Amino acid sequence: MQLESMYQEIILDHYKNPNARGLREPYDGESFQVNPTCGDEVTLRVKVDGDNGESRVTDVSYDGQGCSISQASVSVLTELVTGRTVREACTTMEAFVELMQGRGQVEPDENVLADGVAFAGVAKYPARVKCALLGWMAFKSALVEAGQSPEANGVEVT
Amino acid sequence: MTTSTVDHEQRHVPEPLDVAALRADFPILARTVRDGSPLAYLDSGATSQRPNQVLDAERSFLTTCNAAVHRGAHQLAEEATDAYEHARATIAAFIGADVGELVFVKNATEGINLVTYAMGNAATAGDEAARFRLGPGDEVVVTEMEHHANLVPWQQVCRRTGATLRWLGVTDDGRLDLDDVPEVITDRTKVVALTHQSNVLGTINPLAPVVRRANEVGALTVLDACQSVPHGAVNVAELGVDFAVFSGHKMLGPSGIGVLYGRRELLEALPPFLTGGSMIEQVWMETSTFAPPPQRFEAGVPMTSQAVALGAAVDYLSAIGMDRIAAHEHALTEAAVTELDAIDGVRIIGPTEVVDRGGAVSFVVDGVHPHDAGQVLDSLGLAVRVGHHCAWPLHRRMGVPATVRASFYLYNEHSEVERLARGVREAQRFFGVV
Repeated sequence: MQLESMYQEIILDHYKNPNARGLREPYDGESFQVNPTCGDEVTLRVKVDGDNGESRVTDVSYDGQGCSISQASVSVLTELVTGRTVREACTTMEAFVELMQGRGQVEPDENVLADGVAFAGVAKYPARVKCALLGWMAFKSALVEAGQSPEANGVEVT
Repeated sequence: MTTSTVDHEQRHVPEPLDVAALRADFPILARTVRDGSPLAYLDSGATSQRPNQVLDAERSFLTTCNAAVHRGAHQLAEEATDAYEHARATIAAFIGADVGELVFVKNATEGINLVTYAMGNAATAGDEAARFRLGPGDEVVVTEMEHHANLVPWQQVCRRTGATLRWLGVTDDGRLDLDDVPEVITDRTKVVALTHQSNVLGTINPLAPVVRRANEVGALTVLDACQSVPHGAVNVAELGVDFAVFSGHKMLGPSGIGVLYGRRELLEALPPFLTGGSMIEQVWMETSTFAPPPQRFEAGVPMTSQAVALGAAVDYLSAIGMDRIAAHEHALTEAAVTELDAIDGVRIIGPTEVVDRGGAVSFVVDGVHPHDAGQVLDSLGLAVRVGHHCAWPLHRRMGVPATVRASFYLYNEHSEVERLARGVREAQRFFGVV
C-alpha cells in the first residue's frame, strides 16, 4: 500500500512521541509559521552560542499543532540540529529542503539526514511537502532573528 | 419554511435520480486514482465536475460563433452576443431574477468584492448612491460561519470607510444563533451579509427572520448562495435578498464564471467597481458616464464561452429537476451523518439532525489529524477536502483546527458513502487509535 511509503514508522513514532515539545527559555530567535491552506502551526525557538562561523545551536524548542507530517518533521529537526554548528545545521536543512522539493527523484543521504530520510516518501505528494517544511521554515527564520542567517554562516540557500 | 429556500421537507417525493445513467455524462468519474482505486469524488463543495453537455456547449460556441460580445456588428459578433445574453436569461430565470438583474463576474468572490468596492465608491458618487455609503458609526453584519470570501471583503471595506464589522454567532450544534439578531442588527446596520448554506457545517440558514430584521432597520442583504444554488431550488425574489452571489464551477459549469444578482433598483443606483470598455455610456477626455446595469458592472470583454457553458449547466440541472437533486443529496447526507456518527471517535462538526441541512459533512477523527485522515481516504480513491475550507474563524468557533469534509452532488452514490465510512475506520486502524 502506498500509504506506508509516506508514513514511515519513524514518522509515526515522532508524531506520537515528539522531541523537545514545549517552548523554553532562554532563546535568541523565535519564529511562528503557519500553513494558510490547512492551518498547521509551529512556533520554534533557537538558542545559539558562539560567534558567526563558529556558532552552535545549543537548544531548539517548539510548540505547534498540525498533521503527523508537520509535527514529526519538526521533532526530527530538533534531533538533527541541536548541538550542531549553525553551518552544519544549515547544510542539513539544505539537504532536507532539496529532498522535499525533489518530487521523489532525490536520493537522500542518511549520513546527513539521519531520521530525516524517512520523509523521502512525502516528497512524492506535492500537497504535503509544505507540511514537512513548516518546522524548517520556522528554524530558518528563528536563526535569522538570532542574527545567524545561513549565509552569514557560509551556507548558500537555494 | 417556503419552497423558495432549499427545502428538504419535501411536500412530495420526487422521482429518484438514475445516478448510474447520469454518471455516464461525467467522463472523469470513470477514472481511477492512486494505483487503480475507482474515484469517489466527494469534493463538489470545492468544485464540481462537468458533464459532456456543458463541455460540448462550450466547444460548440467556440467552434461556431466565437467573437467579442457587445461590440462588433458582424454575424459572429451577433451570434456570440445572442448566446451570451441567452445564457444570462437562462440563469436569471433559474434563480427567479429578471435578466437585467444578473451580472456576470469571475466567481462569487469577485461578486462580493464588486459589491464592497462599489459601496466604497459610493462616497464620491452622486446622491442616488447615498444608501450605499459607509462611514464611521455604520455597521456591517456578517456571521461566524462565513467563507473567507464573504468575510474578508467586508473587513476591508470597513477598514477603508471606518465602518464597524459585527457578526452573528454560531451555536454549538452549528446553527446560526438567531438570539443575537435583535442586538446585532440595529439602526446602525447598513449591510447584512450571510451565507445561505455553510460550506463546512452544511447548515441551511433561516433567512426569513434575518431578512425581516434587515428590512426593519433599512439594511441591505447580501447572500452567499455558492452552496445553495447548485443544490436546490433557490428563488432570490422570494427570499427577498438585495444581492446574491454564486460560482459557476460549483454547479457543473466552468471556472472563471460566476454571478452577482442585484435587485434592479439597487443595481441602477450602485456605482461601478471595475471601469473601462463596455461599461460606459459616453466618454470624453475629462469624464465619462456609465451604462445601465448589468453592462455597468461588466467592464472589458467578458467571459463568453464560460457564460454559455454555465447556461448549459443550468439547462442540465433544470432538466433533471432541482427538487430531485436536493432529495438525492438529502438521502446521501442522512446516510453519511448516520454512518459517520456511528463510528467511535468520529465527531461531526455541524448539525447531526438532517433538517435544513445540505450535503457538506465535516468531521474530525480523534487521534488522527484531518490531513492524515484525508491522506488515507485519498489512498483509497476518496477525494475529500481537508483543512479549514476557507472558514478559519468558524473552525476556531467550533474548537477544531481543521476538519475532513465530504460534500455530495447529484452524481454521488450511496456506495461512496459506505466507502467513506470504511475509509474513516481504515484511517483509525492505520494510525492505531482503535
